Amino acid sequence: MKITFNVNGKNQTVDVAPDTPLLWVLRDSLGLVGTKFGCGKALCGACTVHLNNMAIRSCQTPVGSIAGQRVTTIEGLKMNNVQKAWIALDVPQCGYCQPGQIMSATALLAANKNPSDSDIDAAMSGNICRCGTYPRIRAAIKAAARMA
Amino acid sequence: MENISNQSRRDFIKASAAAGGALVVGFHLPGKLAQAAEAGHAMPNAWIKVSADNQVTILVARSEMGQGVATSMPMLVAEELDVDINKVKVEFAPPAEVYINSLLGGQITGGSTSVRDAWEKLRKAGASARMLLVAAAAQEWGVDAGQVRAENGNLVGPGGKRMSYGMAAPKAAQMEPPKDVPLKPASSFKIVGNAKQKRLDTPQKVKGEPTFGIDTRVPGMLYAAVAMSPYLGGKAKAYDDSRAKNMPGVKAVVQYSRGVAVVADSYWQAKKAKDLLEIDWDEGPNAGMNMQKIWAGLRDASKQPGAVFREAGDADSALSGAAKTVTSTYQLPFLSHSPMEPQNTTAHVTADKAVIITPTQFQQLIPHVVAGATGLKPEQVQVTTTYLGGGFGRRVEVDYAIDAAEISKAAGGVPVKMVWSREDDMTHDSYRPAGLYTLTAGLDSGGKMTGVRFHSTSPSISARLFPSIVKDGIDPFAVEGIDNFPYAVGNIKFTYQMHDSGVTPGYWRAVSHNLNAVALECFIDECANAAGKDPIAYRLAQIDMAESKHAWSGLSAGVSVGPRIKAALEMVRDKSGWGTPLARGKGRGVAVMEGYNTVIAIVAEVTVSANYDVALDRVVAVVDAGPLVHPDQALAQMESCINYGQSACMFGEITIKDNAVQQNNFDMYRVVRMEESPKIIEIHWVKPAANQPPGGLGEPGTAVVQPAIANAIFAATGKRVRTLPLTPENIRAS
Repeated sequence: MKITFNVNGKNQTVDVAPDTPLLWVLRDSLGLVGTKFGCGKALCGACTVHLNNMAIRSCQTPVGSIAGQRVTTIEGLKMNNVQKAWIALDVPQCGYCQPGQIMSATALLAANKNPSDSDIDAAMSGNICRCGTYPRIRAAIKAAARMA
Repeated sequence: MENISNQSRRDFIKASAAAGGALVVGFHLPGKLAQAAEAGHAMPNAWIKVSADNQVTILVARSEMGQGVATSMPMLVAEELDVDINKVKVEFAPPAEVYINSLLGGQITGGSTSVRDAWEKLRKAGASARMLLVAAAAQEWGVDAGQVRAENGNLVGPGGKRMSYGMAAPKAAQMEPPKDVPLKPASSFKIVGNAKQKRLDTPQKVKGEPTFGIDTRVPGMLYAAVAMSPYLGGKAKAYDDSRAKNMPGVKAVVQYSRGVAVVADSYWQAKKAKDLLEIDWDEGPNAGMNMQKIWAGLRDASKQPGAVFREAGDADSALSGAAKTVTSTYQLPFLSHSPMEPQNTTAHVTADKAVIITPTQFQQLIPHVVAGATGLKPEQVQVTTTYLGGGFGRRVEVDYAIDAAEISKAAGGVPVKMVWSREDDMTHDSYRPAGLYTLTAGLDSGGKMTGVRFHSTSPSISARLFPSIVKDGIDPFAVEGIDNFPYAVGNIKFTYQMHDSGVTPGYWRAVSHNLNAVALECFIDECANAAGKDPIAYRLAQIDMAESKHAWSGLSAGVSVGPRIKAALEMVRDKSGWGTPLARGKGRGVAVMEGYNTVIAIVAEVTVSANYDVALDRVVAVVDAGPLVHPDQALAQMESCINYGQSACMFGEITIKDNAVQQNNFDMYRVVRMEESPKIIEIHWVKPAANQPPGGLGEPGTAVVQPAIANAIFAATGKRVRTLPLTPENIRAS
């Protein structure tokens, strides 16, 4: 089935089964592999992208449900303050979960210019990092908030 | 279709390992280095490649799995090569003899050895290449080498002569390397130890650009999803693929050693079809296995005497004559590695060649096992290492590379990217082994330890992977973290009883430090409590200050541990505010350990609720790891160890029921999330002694934080938890 939606400002038409998760359409059909597969059950946040500026888990989003809508992936961020803060604090270790972390943090800061520790806990608790970059993520979110 | 069974795979690995004492398998240098470099580049040695336009590329022969080797290794080379570290390119090296890790005997990333192995080796590589470049320029100009100096990627000669490294490199690559390679003194370092140095891979990582194994794309590539036996050691007896093979996009359904794979045009098509396979599994030799049987087996085995790995005086007499004895058994569970990137490999196996692209910690082994699985020769197997989405020891195993090769071959020689689901990954891990750790101490009337017995019962990981290093019933990786027992006790007897519980054991970050040192440092706390002493004062009063060598801990220096332990304990006492009052429900715990030639002392502060929910509020660590190559990422490794150890001791538990792993995703195998990560982590570094070599940092903190947390829970509640993890249920039951 042909489905058209907007990815990072460009309309894309894919011909896939409508139940295909957006994650695999991005990765396999469109070659946007910055969005990661971690758990397949919306438990880890590695696949986080923005749908109409809201953070969603692309592994649980059938592509058939988003026709005509706007998707932003890590490849679509143009070195925003979150990414700059991530660089300033050298947040990533293995880096695998970081696109998802950055998409969640970007959505948080878009909705809340000055998040408290508990705001950060709430917004970021769905994103697992096994390397343990949480302290730097917390600090980088605060640093990004100060840049705004 | 021919398959190599799991058993023959294991035999092959055993044979490979046995062939050379340590793991040394046949290997080939990448031909003449000058030929190995592509057109327009020259390689003065195996770590350095210079292009005609003066782009310097440094080859990294260790796997980048978060620990920062793709920055720290180039820093060591660049320090002596005299180039701008921030302008070098980094490539991952192929398997080759020259890249073997001297501390492990194979091209392996593990054992917290990367910086320790590279410390002199890579600075010498940089210095040697610089000397060759200088010599090449001197020859070109017809002057003495002493008149030429290297300066930030350029060669400067008399009378204002200048030449870039790129111009000199082709000639340098043909010259004989110097035999005598003097190194700069540490006081002259500009790059090594620079606190402001950033990771070279961060700018790419924040844009999602690095290629992890799972991101591999090659022309004509198909995708494989797999159905592996849900039963440990089980096999597919028969399967019905009539529904699966008619699904859209499906190109092939093939059986391989560990199960059945669906190969399709996309991962999702392969996965949907895989879910429609009907497979009749043979449960295999472990049918009916469960935790009750596993623990009963371990308890039975623990009654055997075991192999003595450290003994002094007469422990039995000391215990029977003691004023007081303390005895405890710690029961530590199976753990999964669960890196964020599920296992995967892209394989293309044809009649005369195999191309393997994979996130691996052990690239050297892959040509051999893939050859065994495909009938090719090892030299026909080309291996590319990608970025690793976490490793933690899981990717020392090469099982998933073999699987992908078998699937590619069975599917008719097409390039296939095999991707495991999280469920595949968590239920087909090589697990941190479960074990029993019994300690008994005799105390004199003043509470001082006069005798200590330690007896552990656990599987041997090395007996499976590197059997040649197991001697007289002792696996060095099973006694680490206890054979360097740092307390001055005259009468000790430490024994290890090997027991295979039927669940594949694997090297898991810090390996048996996580078992032995966890049990030991909790137990020392018990002794302090029995003696009515402060836990830090109790330890400080009994540290063995004599120089000691530990027979079994190959990854520890094993000398002069006592004074370093004492200094770390004193510093953590002072930095943590030890002894200052805490609110009700809060507690502090301490633990100390030497591992990988690094000494770490940690004080953890917790809050325990009335329901025994534990919050880790603060962690203060003192680390004596010698000189730091990349200080900010040394810090990151400590942050990482604390997180990984916290997940393990507070939540981590894999259980077996009906011969299957019960936890298959992050809802059932809980790991630390943002809100559980301590808000305060303070890392203090001990100033290195003169000529102290670097210690390892990737692992040891993982082990030390766990008993510190358990001891803090005791301080807060009076509950001594001896069955991990430290869940409310286990605390309540203690």
